[in-house]
Amino acid sequence: MKIAVCISHVPDTATRIKIGSDRKSIDSTGVTYILNPYDEFAIEEALKTKDKLGSDTVVYAISVGGEANKETIRKALAMGVDEGVLLKDDSKRDSFGIAHALSEEIKSLGCEIVFFGKQSVDFDNSITGQLTAEYLGFNCIPVVVDFKLDGNKVIAEREIEGGREVVETEIPVVITAQKGLNEPRYASLKGIMAAKKKSITEKPAAAYSQLTETLEMNLPPSKQPGRILGTDSSAVPELVKLLREEAKVI
Amino acid sequence: MTNKVLSIIEQREGSIKKVSYEAVSVGVSLAKELNLEFEAVVIGSEIEGLSNFGNYGAAKITHLKNTELHNFSSSAYSDLIGNYAKESNASVIILGNTSFGNELAPRIAVKLNSACIVDCVSLTVESGEIIATRPVYAGKALIKSKLNSDIKIFTIRPNVFKAEKISDQNSEIKVEEITNPNLKAKVVAYKKAEGKLDVAEANIIVAGGRGMKGPEHFNLIESLANVLGAAIGASRAVVDAGWRPHSEQVGQTGKTVSPSLYIACGISGAIQHLAGMSSSKYIVAINKDKDAPIFSIADYGIAGDVFDILPALTEEIKKIKS
Ligand SMILES: Cc1cc2nc3c(=O)[nH]c(=O)nc-3n(C[C@H](O)[C@H](O)[C@H](O)COP(=O)(O)OP(=O)(O)OC[C@H]3O[C@@H](n4cnc5c(N)ncnc54)[C@H](O)[C@@H]3O)c2cc1C
Repeated sequence: MKIAVCISHVPDTATRIKIGSDRKSIDSTGVTYILNPYDEFAIEEALKTKDKLGSDTVVYAISVGGEANKETIRKALAMGVDEGVLLKDDSKRDSFGIAHALSEEIKSLGCEIVFFGKQSVDFDNSITGQLTAEYLGFNCIPVVVDFKLDGNKVIAEREIEGGREVVETEIPVVITAQKGLNEPRYASLKGIMAAKKKSITEKPAAAYSQLTETLEMNLPPSKQPGRILGTDSSAVPELVKLLREEAKVI
Repeated sequence: MTNKVLSIIEQREGSIKKVSYEAVSVGVSLAKELNLEFEAVVIGSEIEGLSNFGNYGAAKITHLKNTELHNFSSSAYSDLIGNYAKESNASVIILGNTSFGNELAPRIAVKLNSACIVDCVSLTVESGEIIATRPVYAGKALIKSKLNSDIKIFTIRPNVFKAEKISDQNSEIKVEEITNPNLKAKVVAYKKAEGKLDVAEANIIVAGGRGMKGPEHFNLIESLANVLGAAIGASRAVVDAGWRPHSEQVGQTGKTVSPSLYIACGISGAIQHLAGMSSSKYIVAINKDKDAPIFSIADYGIAGDVFDILPALTEEIKKIKS
């Protein structure tokens, strides 16, 4: 069995965003990039699945982007992923372009189970997994908090508004991982050393002509800091009055 | 020829999701501005209250019906919407950005060789084109974009667009019986979180952080939430500590919410937390540290102790509600 984990390289969540000079993307000077937090759950689930299926299973970590993404791929290798693949593309592709490139690679590798993080914390689209599944003709279960594989059968629980759904399907399948799916392992020192030596396969990302067009990026309108009404419960009646009469929200 | 705006109505367990009224209102007004026809589509078995959509301008609803479609099936639903969009010459499709819409929109887009923009907070028409604005980097920036595909698909963030009653007509409902839906992936069970309102759908949220000092004190949050009919939210610190379930976490690695009122209790306002809730219409902060960053985005604040203020606030609201 071959398993793919698709990972992305994103600004650290503590980053203060500045708009770049093109007015269409962020200014990345001084920004620290990390492995997308949700992808850690995807990697962990891929490794757990490999442990269950046996050692002839191969786990690939695939990322679309520039040279810098290798750092993130190495993090996956250090956690225990077998092979790293960088699909090179220095342009700013939309999710469709990324999913298209991933699906071509997954097809040629012959992976039957594909894990994603449920969302990249840069563009927050939460759609790349679904798109990849659709390009591949695979089944898809997004936002998964529990994953079971029984032969070809897949039973997963996914988080939805106000509850959980239990979904049944079969492989080949794309799963997108939500926090709670597992506890991602830490890379061991041995893993980190081994990952440094591993070579990462590099190839150009499959071409794609994009249908979305970015017009501009802006910072959200800044909010006027509000009023501090007091320092104890004596301020409560005024607060309630304002919520009722000024804000009209209660 | 493409000539129609379709809004997709979402149902679960036969009841309609609130964001569907917003999706219909958005669809109706886009159709008007672009001079296109409008139609709403729903998939399911028995569904309550469909004809009410007439009030929001949906004169016609197509109900794609089969008892096996009572439960969500991503394979069946995306096939059916994709095919219906083709048959009916749809040029614009609107869905709510819920787990339902966010799963279906991209899949339908690929089926229709088109593209989608998800989680929009504004959709405007400029020179005959739909311009979408959506938050990126967890709301730390906003991006404006458009689609150059023939068919344009958008999902709208719940609670942001207004559902507007514009008519006293009922909808005419056209039922299409579906045979052999594609159930390659299907929901076999739905586990409802016990009696709880979800943060992502709530109009008011009362959220607690580490300043609550322990899980046993969240009853103060619950009482306030009860009198307000609010959902309960939490910071990551209290979720990681195991005081509250992850489904309540608000922020960059939790849920993004835009309620009309967000009351943050004992939450410092870390950038990752603000990312998930800064688009709330009104924000109240209760924190004993007057320099806590949460006050920088709050409309109203009390720089005091939650254990003093929360019970008083609950009582005061009880008073005005009775
Ligand atoms: C990758 C990453 C992702 C993250 N994602 C999220 C996320 O999605 N959501 C999120 O919330 N955080 C997230 N965080 C964590 C975030 O950085 C903060 O650590 C977290 O939000 C802090 O939670 P808190 O405000 O409850 O706790 P604290 O920061 O400890 O704040 C507690 C506050 O309570 C106040 N207080 C204490 N006692 C009282 C009292 N008696 N009365 C009134 N006030 C009192 C204090 O003054 C303080 O301001 C993330 C961090 C990382 C690195």
